[in-house]
Amino acid sequence: MTTGGLPKPVLDHPLVSHWIAFDGEDTVVVRSGRVEIGQGNTTALVQIAAEELDLRPEQIDLVAGDTRSAPDEGFTTGSLSVQVGGVALRLAASAARTLLVAEAAKLLQADPADLSVVDGAVLRSGEPTSLTYWSMAPSVDLRQSVADHAAPKPAHARRIVGRSVPRLDLPAKLTGGGFLHDMVVDGMLHGRVLHPPSVSARLAGADLAGLADRHALTAVVREGSFVGVVAPREEQALAALADMQRRCTWSAGRSAPADPVAALAQATEEAVVTFDRGDVGAGEGDGFQTTVSRPYLAHASIGPSCALALWEDGHLMVWSHTQGVYPLRRALADVLGIPPGSVDVVHRQGAGCYGHNGADDAALDAALLARAVPGSPVRLLWSRGDELASSPLGPAQITKAHARVGGDGRVAAFSVDVTCQPYGQRPGRDGRPNLLSAALLTDAPPPATGDDVPEGAERNAVPYYAIANLRASKRIVRSLPYRASSIRGLGAYLNVFAIETLVDDMAAALGRDPVAFRVAHLDDPRARAVVERLAEICGWPGEAGEECGLGIGFARYKNQGAYCAVAARVEADADIRVSHLWAAVDGGEIVNPDGVINQIEGGMIQSMSWTLKEQVRFDGEAVASRDWESYPILRFGEVPETATEILPRPDDPPLGVAEASQGPTAAAIGNAVHRALGVRVRRLPITREAIASAIG
Amino acid sequence: MTQRHSFVVNGAPATADVPGATRLIHVLRNDLGLKGARFGCGEGGCGACTVLVDGRPEHSCDVSVEFVAGRSVETVEGLSRDGVLHPLQKAFLDEQAGQCGYCLTGILMRAKALLDANPSPTRTEIAGALDGNLCRCGAHPRILRAVARAAEAIRASRT
Repeated sequence: MTTGGLPKPVLDHPLVSHWIAFDGEDTVVVRSGRVEIGQGNTTALVQIAAEELDLRPEQIDLVAGDTRSAPDEGFTTGSLSVQVGGVALRLAASAARTLLVAEAAKLLQADPADLSVVDGAVLRSGEPTSLTYWSMAPSVDLRQSVADHAAPKPAHARRIVGRSVPRLDLPAKLTGGGFLHDMVVDGMLHGRVLHPPSVSARLAGADLAGLADRHALTAVVREGSFVGVVAPREEQALAALADMQRRCTWSAGRSAPADPVAALAQATEEAVVTFDRGDVGAGEGDGFQTTVSRPYLAHASIGPSCALALWEDGHLMVWSHTQGVYPLRRALADVLGIPPGSVDVVHRQGAGCYGHNGADDAALDAALLARAVPGSPVRLLWSRGDELASSPLGPAQITKAHARVGGDGRVAAFSVDVTCQPYGQRPGRDGRPNLLSAALLTDAPPPATGDDVPEGAERNAVPYYAIANLRASKRIVRSLPYRASSIRGLGAYLNVFAIETLVDDMAAALGRDPVAFRVAHLDDPRARAVVERLAEICGWPGEAGEECGLGIGFARYKNQGAYCAVAARVEADADIRVSHLWAAVDGGEIVNPDGVINQIEGGMIQSMSWTLKEQVRFDGEAVASRDWESYPILRFGEVPETATEILPRPDDPPLGVAEASQGPTAAAIGNAVHRALGVRVRRLPITREAIASAIG
Repeated sequence: MTQRHSFVVNGAPATADVPGATRLIHVLRNDLGLKGARFGCGEGGCGACTVLVDGRPEHSCDVSVEFVAGRSVETVEGLSRDGVLHPLQKAFLDEQAGQCGYCLTGILMRAKALLDANPSPTRTEIAGALDGNLCRCGAHPRILRAVARAAEAIRASRT
C-alpha cells in the first residue's frame, strides 16, 4: 500500500511490532532508533506517530535509543531523523492503525471507511463504540508487514504534524532535570579517569600506592595506560584524580607539525575523484580560484561527557548520551571481550554540540571502572579539559575551488578539491571500536584511522548550480597525529564556504549582482525561490555604508536535503560585528515549523562562532586549548538579530534541515566582510588579526 | 574534616555534613538532590552551575559549602512555587528557548538576578548580564527574547 522505495529502517525492521506496542492503558509505546541530541527530534517523532495513530501527543510513550527494545537505526546523524527515521515511523504507525481499524471493522461488522479513531477510541459514523485500541490490542497480531499495511494520511488531513507543538523535553530542562547527568541509581558510586595528555602518550610511571587509603576509594583501576578511580562521593573521586595526576608520568607523544593546516596543505596522499561530469579542463574563458581552510575545531559541549555503567551477573548495562546505542554496544563488547548480547546501552540526554563528542568514549571509561566494582553502578563524568581535548576533534580542512567563466558570462566549469583527515570515525567504523580508552588497554592495538565516510569530506563539494562541467575530489590525510571525527555538517561547512566565496568573487569580477548571478545559475525552481526570498527579507543589497556590508551564501545540504540561503550583515570597525543573520529555508514537508526555525537559527549561531572565533590550539600532539579561555566560543554579547523564514512545501517529502545553515552562514559572513572591507580572509577563523593581515 | 554546615536552600533550612571545602555544586546535587546546578567547567567559566547566594549570582562549582554557611541559596528548583512556573520559566517555554538545554538552568538564575535588579533591561543589558553563560546550540536569540518577555510579564503583573 506504499508507493516508492521503503526507507532503510523499514527494510531492516519490517514488522509493525518492531515499532509499535499497545502496552499501556491509554498510551502507545512507539520505538525509534533516533535519539534526542538537542535537535528536537523527540517532539517531531511523537507528532508523526500521534498523527498517524489519531492520538494526542501525550498518549505516545516514545522509546528511543535502547538496545533492549528499540530498533537499530545506526547513528542519529546526517539530519536524517525526520527525513528517514520519521518517514519510517510514519509508515509503521500508519500500518498499526490499519490493523487495529480492520479489527474494529470485523468486530462491528462495519466498513472500515465508516470508522474513525479519536484519541484511541473507535467511532462509527462519528458515534462512539465500545472499542478502543487497547480493548482490541490483545487480539491483534502486530507481527505483520509495515509495507503491506501502511497508508499514511495525505498532507491536507494532518492536524498534529505541521504545527509547532512545544518541545516535550523542555519543561524538565527548565526545572532542574532531563539529563543523564542527573540520574541517580541505588548504590551509585562516582568515577573519574585520567586521560593521557595526547593521542599517543602512554603511562610511563604511576605511583598509586596508598591512593585508595588516602582518599577512601572503593577502587583504583589500572589496566595498561588506563587509570581511574571509583569513590563513594564525587569530591573524593576528584581529589583522588588530582592526586593521581601528580603521581603519573606519560611518555612523550609523537612529533607534530607546528601548523596543522600548513601540514595538511603539504599532504601528498592521493586525491580520489568523487564526482566528474563533462570536462572541467576543456574550453576557453577566464579562470578563477580560491583556497580556504578551517582549523581543527572542538565540539565543546557545555556539559562534559557522562555515562553510567553497571556490571552485574556477567551483563553490562550502560546509560549514555551516545548517538548510536547499537554501534556502541558492539564496540564495547569488542573491547571488553564479551558477546554483544551481554551489553545493553540505553540513551539518556546529554549536553549538545551536534557532532561526535566524547559520549561514546565516556561510556567505555564508565564500563572499565564498573568492571572493577561488580554490582555497583558507577557514574563517570569527564572534566572540562577532557571534553575539549580528549573528545574527537572536528578535522582541519582545506578546500580549493577553481572555476571558469565562458564567453557568455556563465560559469562553464567548476572543480572543488578537498583535503582533510577522515570524518565519521565513530564506534564500529571499519570494524574498529574507535573508543578513546580502547587504545590504552594492555596489549591494545595502536589506534588506527579508518576511511572517510561516504559523503564525508566531499559533502557539498559539488556546487548545486547548473554548470555543465563539474568535478570534485578528496585527499584523505592519515599522517597527522590528531584524533578527529565528524563535526556538524562534515565537509559541507568549508566546501560551501569555498564555493560561495568563489561565486561572489566571480560575480564581482563580472560586475554582476551576487543574488542575480546565483539565480541565473540555478535551474531548480525551489533553489531560486529560497535565494530570491532571502534577498527580500534581508533587504538586499542593503545600504552602501562605510565599513558595513551584506553578504549571502546558499547551498542545498548534501545536494538532496534542505535548501538554505543565509544573509549576514557585518559592521567592521575595530572588530568584526555581525549585526544580523537572515535565513530562508525549504525543508519540504515540515513536521514542526518552530523546531526547524530553531535548528536553522542555532546552526547559524554555531557556524558564526566557528567562523569568527574558534580554533583548537596544540602543544605538539597535545591539545592545549583545554578551557573556555583558550577555546573561546560565541558569547551573548556578540549574538546578532536573527530572522528565519520557511518556504512551505507541505506536499513534498521532508528534507533534513539540522545542518543546512552551517555552510551558507560561513559564506554569508565571509562575503559580507568582503563587501564591508574589500578583503578576503581565506584561512578561518575570521579574527581581527586575520583581517589586519589580509589588509596587509 | 567533616563538619555540619547549615544554610537555607530555596527558603527551607538545609544542612550538609561534609568537609568545609566541598564545592557547593556537589552538596546541592549529591546531598540535597537538586540537579539544576549543572557542572560545566568547574572553574566559573561557563555559568552552567549558577545559583543565587543571598540574591547574588555565584558559580556553585567555584564556591565552597563554608562560603554559604548561614546564607540563603536559591536554585532553579526554587523558582517555581506550588507548581506555578516563574515568569522566566514560562517565558522560556513560550519562546521555546533552548535546544539541548544544558545551559538553561544557569541562565535562568543569572537572568533572575538581572531582573531582580533591573526590571526593564534592554537587549544589550540582557546580553551583558548573560555574557558569562555559554550556550553551544545557538539558542541565544530565543533566550534573549525570553528574558525580555519575562521582564515584561513581571512588570505587567506588578501594575
